[in-house]
Amino acid sequence: MDQYIDIKVRVWRQAGPKAQGHFETYELKHVFQGASFLEMIDILNEQLVEQHKDPVTYDHDCREGICGMCSMYVNGHPHGPDSAITTCQLHMRKFHDGETITVEPWRSRAFPVIKDLMVDRGAYDKIMQAGGFISVNTGGVPDANAIPIPKPVADEAMDAASCIGCGACAAACKNGSAMLFVAAKVSQLALLPQGKVEAKARAKAMVAKMDELGFGNCTNTGACAAECPKSVSLANIARLNREFLCAKFKD
Amino acid sequence: MWLKDSSIGRKFIMSLTGMALIFFLLFHGAMNLVVVFSEDAYNAICQFLGANWYALVGTIGLAFLIFVHFSYALYLTFQNRAARGNDRYAVRGKKEGVDWESENMLVLGFCVLGFLLLHLYNFWFKMQLAEITNGATAPEELATNGAYYVKALFTSGGCGIAYCCLYLVWLSALWLHLRHGAWSALHTLGWNNLKWMKRIKVLGVIIATLTVLPFAIVVLYYLGMNIGIY
Amino acid sequence: MATKNEDIKVITPEMAKIPAGPLELKWTNYKNHQKLVNPANKRRLDVIVIGTGLAGASAAASLAEMGFNVLNFCIQDSPRRAHSIAAQGGINAAKNYQNDGDSVYRLYYDTIKGGDYRAREANVYRLAEVSNNIIDQCVAQGVPFAREYGGLLDNRSFGGAQVSRTFYAKGQTGQQLLLGAYSALSRQIGKGKVKMYTRYEMLDIVLIADENGEKRARGIIARNLVTGKIERFFAHAVVVGSGGYGNTFFLSTNAMASNGSAAMQMYRHGAYFANPCYAQIHPTCIPKHGDFQSKLTLMSESLRNDGRIWVPKKLEDAKRLQAGEIKGRDIPEEDRDYYLERRYPAFGNLVPRDVASRAAKERCDKGYGVNNTGLAVFLDFSDAIQRLGKDVVAQKYGNLFQMYEKIVDENPYENPMMIFPAIHYTMGGIWVDYELQTSVKGLFCIGEANFSDHGANRLGASALMQGLADGYFVLPYTIQNYLSDQIGVPRMSTDLPEFAEAEKAVKAKIDKLMAIQGKRSVDSIHKELGLIMWDFVGMGRTAEGLKEGIKKIDAIKKEFWTNVYIPGEANALNNELEKALRLADFIEIGRLMAIDALHREESCGGHFREEYQTPEGEALRQDDKFAYVGCWKYTGEDSEPELIKEPLDYEFTERKTRNYKN
Repeated sequence: MDQYIDIKVRVWRQAGPKAQGHFETYELKHVFQGASFLEMIDILNEQLVEQHKDPVTYDHDCREGICGMCSMYVNGHPHGPDSAITTCQLHMRKFHDGETITVEPWRSRAFPVIKDLMVDRGAYDKIMQAGGFISVNTGGVPDANAIPIPKPVADEAMDAASCIGCGACAAACKNGSAMLFVAAKVSQLALLPQGKVEAKARAKAMVAKMDELGFGNCTNTGACAAECPKSVSLANIARLNREFLCAKFKD
Repeated sequence: MWLKDSSIGRKFIMSLTGMALIFFLLFHGAMNLVVVFSEDAYNAICQFLGANWYALVGTIGLAFLIFVHFSYALYLTFQNRAARGNDRYAVRGKKEGVDWESENMLVLGFCVLGFLLLHLYNFWFKMQLAEITNGATAPEELATNGAYYVKALFTSGGCGIAYCCLYLVWLSALWLHLRHGAWSALHTLGWNNLKWMKRIKVLGVIIATLTVLPFAIVVLYYLGMNIGIY
Repeated sequence: MATKNEDIKVITPEMAKIPAGPLELKWTNYKNHQKLVNPANKRRLDVIVIGTGLAGASAAASLAEMGFNVLNFCIQDSPRRAHSIAAQGGINAAKNYQNDGDSVYRLYYDTIKGGDYRAREANVYRLAEVSNNIIDQCVAQGVPFAREYGGLLDNRSFGGAQVSRTFYAKGQTGQQLLLGAYSALSRQIGKGKVKMYTRYEMLDIVLIADENGEKRARGIIARNLVTGKIERFFAHAVVVGSGGYGNTFFLSTNAMASNGSAAMQMYRHGAYFANPCYAQIHPTCIPKHGDFQSKLTLMSESLRNDGRIWVPKKLEDAKRLQAGEIKGRDIPEEDRDYYLERRYPAFGNLVPRDVASRAAKERCDKGYGVNNTGLAVFLDFSDAIQRLGKDVVAQKYGNLFQMYEKIVDENPYENPMMIFPAIHYTMGGIWVDYELQTSVKGLFCIGEANFSDHGANRLGASALMQGLADGYFVLPYTIQNYLSDQIGVPRMSTDLPEFAEAEKAVKAKIDKLMAIQGKRSVDSIHKELGLIMWDFVGMGRTAEGLKEGIKKIDAIKKEFWTNVYIPGEANALNNELEKALRLADFIEIGRLMAIDALHREESCGGHFREEYQTPEGEALRQDDKFAYVGCWKYTGEDSEPELIKEPLDYEFTERKTRNYKN
């Protein structure tokens, strides 16, 4: 059963992108374990506002684990110490009375801190703009059932497509690599017949953009997939490698 | 050049050179195993791989592979540290399913390299190099008598035991390095999918073990001889 | 149109630009005769699109593909995060792939009926017509819809329909559709045809009079949320797809940043706010569990396909459930009241959302609630698990079950889920004509932000359909009818006095807020507003309650403008200031909802006035008096809004009492 607990929250505070950051520890009393982690941060912020202090800035929006906005490194894990969820779905029942919880922003050169726990993940958008699409304009497309797609293929594409672009993969990776993110999109579109047409060009364009933006090199540690809130599989990275290498050898 | 400029290209080089080195080790290990059964046969192989043109080409090729593999490793690590950024996490949690060796490949690589130098001094220096330099580094008449050097190294009392242990430590580091390296190389080449995810990791362990085991058997064989089990 | 906006009291079909002709030919006729813009001229025209949800992203991408220059704004850090992403269940289309008798007409009819005959016929028919194109478009973009073993698309059934016409991608349909639109948008951003502004919030619309003195939307004032800088942007037309205003209730299934401020900015500039009282209460949300709660989580309507909704038959069982002495599974079959199946045998658990929500409230009001607050009913899968096996159920709903378990910490395979209605969607919104243009020239409104297609109640899986219909297939056509007259208008400087004045007003408002330095946090006031909305403008409304509610909202407004405390600075990143600006508008919207609800003396769809119900407790419409769109016109900060009516004279459909019983 959920109880009320007293906790300490050790939060990274950083006034701006160039400012020197530091940890600040706050005490919170009587926090219900049924509350979500972000609700706990809300309570902390209410407390700070009451004391006329600057509340902790953090990204959050849908609070149901799908928008990919929340981005906290809680006790050494992106999205906290629970599997297959985002920070907004993390609940306080994962913590015990008297615990000190450390909350940090994503730390990766490609995701610079904007303020406190908020980082700039624009790099992911730029990768998508480089090729994360099928080049069709609105209208003039064939009937949806014109091309049958085997169910296992459609399902695998769906699993890859469930990526929410939160950045946990690059944040968890000791190499700061965005391979899982790129692989998920390349995989989804390479699996489907509609996307096969441009599969090679897409893989090359997205990888080139990823490298250009300063993400690291993948060494297959698997930390990304282990921490992915949507359990996107490492197998997608193999497919990306395959697509990319085939494309390069064809050239 | 995409093999240098693109991240997957660099990884491709790493896996190709890595796999070539694994092949070399498999061959080397199989050859070593012969010494356990017949010292003469082993010496015949040593003779065959003496200072011949093909053995020399092979040696230079190997040196090149190791050089490429290692310099790419340094380059990748340098880039990856930069990608990580200047601020490190204050707390790093244990990640489910992430093997220690996969995050410490460079450290393991350094261990392997360090021992490799020792190993070169122990054998290559006294054999192939001695032959090339006409005995400048070691007596030339012993240059193709591999069995002699193996015995000399591992069965010389306390010093031999220390060498045996040292080599076993080295082989463990190599095993760990290969346990990640082998499947990772296949993965990087794109030879993996959802179904094979688990199998390929098992395959990695098998490759690593097959590669390291013959060396270990030889060391253990001489260790047994040294401490007088038989 | 010769009539000036000031004189309008009734909106005629001509003013709403509804094309003549038979229902099924209206859209075709419109497209055949509308004016277009040639490619060379498109390059010279700029369009601002606010929002990157299904409507905004698809519109921005489509307009850019056609050749217009698009400036696209969103408040999140990426266009992919708009709240359309959270839609779970699916998207409707009249494909009839299942051969169960579906057709464009039937989708039209179900939507009109589901909306309790309070939507515009022509718009709804057009929506049903383009629904099929949407599915084709999405598949071409690589949206991984669920498929059958033969490789063709799968469908499931949803509330308010007797056919299976809902396309879905696991429980993440909204996400996949949005990512499809986002990919199309990304492609245009990459090509430089769309200039994307993330973490920007529109704070006002700039109108500039043309040579005839007619004011036209010509740009916006927006705040860079990272730097706090107020910036000006010009365009030949402004399209707003900013979503609904459900967060007026504080607790809703909307995202934290979802807001109604863009709608209020349009409203203050003369765009009518139509049917604000039509808010949808979704029956299957996870019940509230504490005061600290920040939002309510929706469980997909698709769960009602296999789940059965019930409460105990005996009051004493309910009491014991509330006290936590027993669990749902302890109550024997014969003591369970499957009240939806009992009351509505034909549709059973798949009645429309408004009906299901009210039925749950009715049971809980009578004391049959099943959790500690008495505000929950069971959604039970034990039948389905027995019939289909746990594996099949897990395959269909596994991710939803997992989500439930993470939040509630109870295994729904073993004990029935608990659910309760929550605010989910707002059918009301800014009034638009057939072209999706508001009553302000050059200002367009799409998606949930407009009022057009759902009448008084939206059917499940229709929001995605409408958002994408507006953005891909309607607006990109209709906006050309407006822009074709604008090709001679050069790009204007943002140094014009109209821009300067708008910026000044925005800054003054921010300064005023920052200067209050009171005692209360923004959220604490918002929560109070939410409780008032739920109690007085919620699921069951009365004239008395609404009057009381308006008084209380006025008091909140006063409290807010005198006692709010906003830390930090105006010209820097400041979340509290962002929330305060939004709350200021929520208070106004809440009041407008109450005024509209008070004036609409009938029950229809999401609007239920307790005075108007049948003896069985069903909604009682007053078609003779209220068969119109209630449009509210802004008349000033301190004066009451003025009601303008758009009569809904149904030419093609007979109005019936909605019947889901047989």
